[in-house]
Amino acid sequence: MNTKYMYSLLSVIVLSLISYFLVEAASGFKVLFGVIIPYLALIVFVAGFINRMMYWTRSPVPFCIPTTCGQQKSLPWIKPNRIDNPFSKRAVIVRMLLEIVFFRSLFRNTRLKLKSGPKIAYNLEIFLWVGALAFHWAFLTVLLRHLRFFIEPVPMLVQALEKVDAFFRIEILYDVAQFGLPGVYLSGIVLLAAVTYLFLRRVFIPNVRYISLAADFFPLFLIFGIVFTGILMRYVTKIDVVAAKELTMGLVTFHPTIPEGVSSIFYVHLFFVSILLMYFPFSKLMHLGGVFLSPTRNLPADTRATRHVNPWNYPVHVHTYEEYEDEFREKMVEAGLPVVKQPVETPPDESEEKE
Amino acid sequence: MADLQKPEELYKTDNRPPTTDWMETPSEIKKGIACYAGNPKSLEYVGLPNPRSWSCFDEDWQLPENWQQIIHDGFRERLEKFRSFKVFMDICVRCGACADKCHYFIGTGDPKNMPVLRAELLRSVYRNDFTTAGKILGKLGGARPMTMDVLKEWWSYLFQCSECRRCSVFCPYGIDTAEITIMGRELLNLLGLNIDWIATPVANCYRTGNHLGIQPHAFKDMLDFFQDDIEEITGVRVEPQFNKVGADILFITPSGDVFADPGTYTCMGYMMLFHFLKEKYGFDVTWSTYASEGGNFGFFTSHEMMKRLNSKMYAEAKRLGVKWILGGECGHMWRVINQYMDTMNGPADFLEEPVSPITGTKFENAKSTKMVHITEFTADLLKHGKLDLDKTRNDNLKVTFHDSCNPSRGMGLLDEPRYVIKNVCNHFYEMPENTIREQTFCCGSGSGLNAGEDMELRMAGGLPRANAVKFVHETKGVNTLATICAIDRAALPDLMSYWVPEVTVYGVHEMVGNALLLPGENERQTDLRGEPLPGMEDADE
Repeated sequence: MNTKYMYSLLSVIVLSLISYFLVEAASGFKVLFGVIIPYLALIVFVAGFINRMMYWTRSPVPFCIPTTCGQQKSLPWIKPNRIDNPFSKRAVIVRMLLEIVFFRSLFRNTRLKLKSGPKIAYNLEIFLWVGALAFHWAFLTVLLRHLRFFIEPVPMLVQALEKVDAFFRIEILYDVAQFGLPGVYLSGIVLLAAVTYLFLRRVFIPNVRYISLAADFFPLFLIFGIVFTGILMRYVTKIDVVAAKELTMGLVTFHPTIPEGVSSIFYVHLFFVSILLMYFPFSKLMHLGGVFLSPTRNLPADTRATRHVNPWNYPVHVHTYEEYEDEFREKMVEAGLPVVKQPVETPPDESEEKE
Repeated sequence: MADLQKPEELYKTDNRPPTTDWMETPSEIKKGIACYAGNPKSLEYVGLPNPRSWSCFDEDWQLPENWQQIIHDGFRERLEKFRSFKVFMDICVRCGACADKCHYFIGTGDPKNMPVLRAELLRSVYRNDFTTAGKILGKLGGARPMTMDVLKEWWSYLFQCSECRRCSVFCPYGIDTAEITIMGRELLNLLGLNIDWIATPVANCYRTGNHLGIQPHAFKDMLDFFQDDIEEITGVRVEPQFNKVGADILFITPSGDVFADPGTYTCMGYMMLFHFLKEKYGFDVTWSTYASEGGNFGFFTSHEMMKRLNSKMYAEAKRLGVKWILGGECGHMWRVINQYMDTMNGPADFLEEPVSPITGTKFENAKSTKMVHITEFTADLLKHGKLDLDKTRNDNLKVTFHDSCNPSRGMGLLDEPRYVIKNVCNHFYEMPENTIREQTFCCGSGSGLNAGEDMELRMAGGLPRANAVKFVHETKGVNTLATICAIDRAALPDLMSYWVPEVTVYGVHEMVGNALLLPGENERQTDLRGEPLPGMEDADE
């Protein structure tokens, strides 16, 4: 049994049980899980995020080291790859946008096949890219949809997003009408599926299992828990949305209240989110900020045309030409190589032969 | 050297990892994989710490007593100096996209050769020493303290990385294992842990100007020898110039081209090209015995050592008063020139923005560094029709081109050499697209690993490259592997004779030399290697 994911799974289960039963046991804990911890989490997240970004940016970028993934700009008649070998700042921005929005590098992914022969094949491996893209975009959509709980009145854009996200409703309307199920948000389902896929590949692909740490499983379980409780509230246990919004609006307006009628699952959901926020700045999830700072991607490949300055460039010991000539002068003269200083014993005309 | 297995024994189709966790799986330093330790005299000559006679196979590595503190402090210093290092230590999500992209992993099946795990070897110590989560969670958080076993693991796997950057192409954050290996090797060097195939060339280069330790008179002798060969083949005596004050252009190429076949034929190609240009257009280029090395094994030691060795290029250009510098065919040399030289040893304001004296082309892309790649230079000549060529002299060559790692992923020099090849050869075929251009595979011997004692590693690491060559050999009849890298020219012949013995390794400018019609030359019977030219096979008899 893989202890790494067992520990992660266990800790997420324990966290859910703690929050659920404490909230069930005494309503005083609702203040803890509904107000104190969310505020604390937000503070830790914001401060931790900024702190980590500052920690990184405190270190300079001494060398301009982009990984070039295409033809350089050189002779005017050779077509450069403007995006993957960006020569200007604008091209770098395009490269970064494609990287951050569409995971361009991951799109290149291949899977190795070792056949007898020896014969090596590299097959297109699109699933990681699809899974990652689905995960991040669905997550973003879910996040934006949740703005409904923090803004009154609900902005048009959020409503429009909900409409698009729930387009499924029309197709299964008559099927579900009798249950009064609200429209199915595609983003939630996609997110659950993507998180499941990302987990399964960590378990079933041998190399990925081998490199995975507990820190890789924990956020997956946590996010799974968040999505799962969210879906549970929306489609099964039917949370009192009005009451829930009263609580969340209380948080954003700094007049926290604990309304009646909010089920315990909601507190588990909120607790998971709080844990995720607090965990974020201290974990690999900081790739959200770090991806902007990666020197192999965010610098132009123009180092021969524009000098990059290293702030800590310091003088070093070098072996000068004079020292070199001092050591080899006789041999150089003998071989007819020009020298700057003539050797003492050798007649001067000999070295003038050459050149 | 350990006995090398046969290719069919070396090739493993199963590269599944062991069942034990990687931190629990001890690493063994193996003969055939590991390189010999740096010669203490070499370390001493350039002032590297802890010079002593030792071996990586010994139990006791004779480290300074406070070695853990040295590593810790060195680690901290590099985190503070390099944002890349900090960010790459923190943001990896272990998605595994890089895992099967490393030629050493493909060839050896050793899971610690997956780029992500190679980096985790350092990250685990980073977490333990520098992060709160790592300190609290310990092993569960992927952290572990620096021990002798960890150090030996670092040594083993940091010298099984050729800094080729292929993994970085596929990483969604661009995490560059080369950068991590560079830092790791810097840390190892603080304890006097280097391999001799790097340490001795470094010391040689510092003293004599080139890795091979060729002294000035011997350097001239080598080129004299090529003059004789060229004269024998073409009837024309070329006259290279050395250390000439006031020359227009300084030419620097890896000393491997001067010293060992088949690089020597590439060197003859340069000499013939320069002679042609001198005769026809008055081209004035000088070689230097002081800056007689294009390569830079300092790059495989530390940033400081790279700077110390690289300084000779600008120093010599300044002393000779040339207008700009022309650089020969070399891999990591061009990563250093392209991404480091100007920053470290510039600005080269004593040089002029490079302009081809023959075509008038301004090399705008090199206007600050003032150093032009020879395939950029030659491609421009060809485009303007300035060379007289007989392509058919290369008709016996069915050519494919191996993109060298550094010019591809640290520069993007992809189409220039192809343009040159297509202009001097009639038969050119590309290898499969996942194995060329920015996705090219290392020769398996880069970053100083081109030693003799690690032949198993080199043959295994070169397998993906060799396998792609084999594919075009079988499907297109390719018999020639062209390169623009001196380490390739030294390493690929061994690799080819191991995996695809029917294929021969050439430098691009060797083929230029073959095709080039020198003014006043005799009808050539042979190519630069002394092999009969196509159609001249019976001429000898």
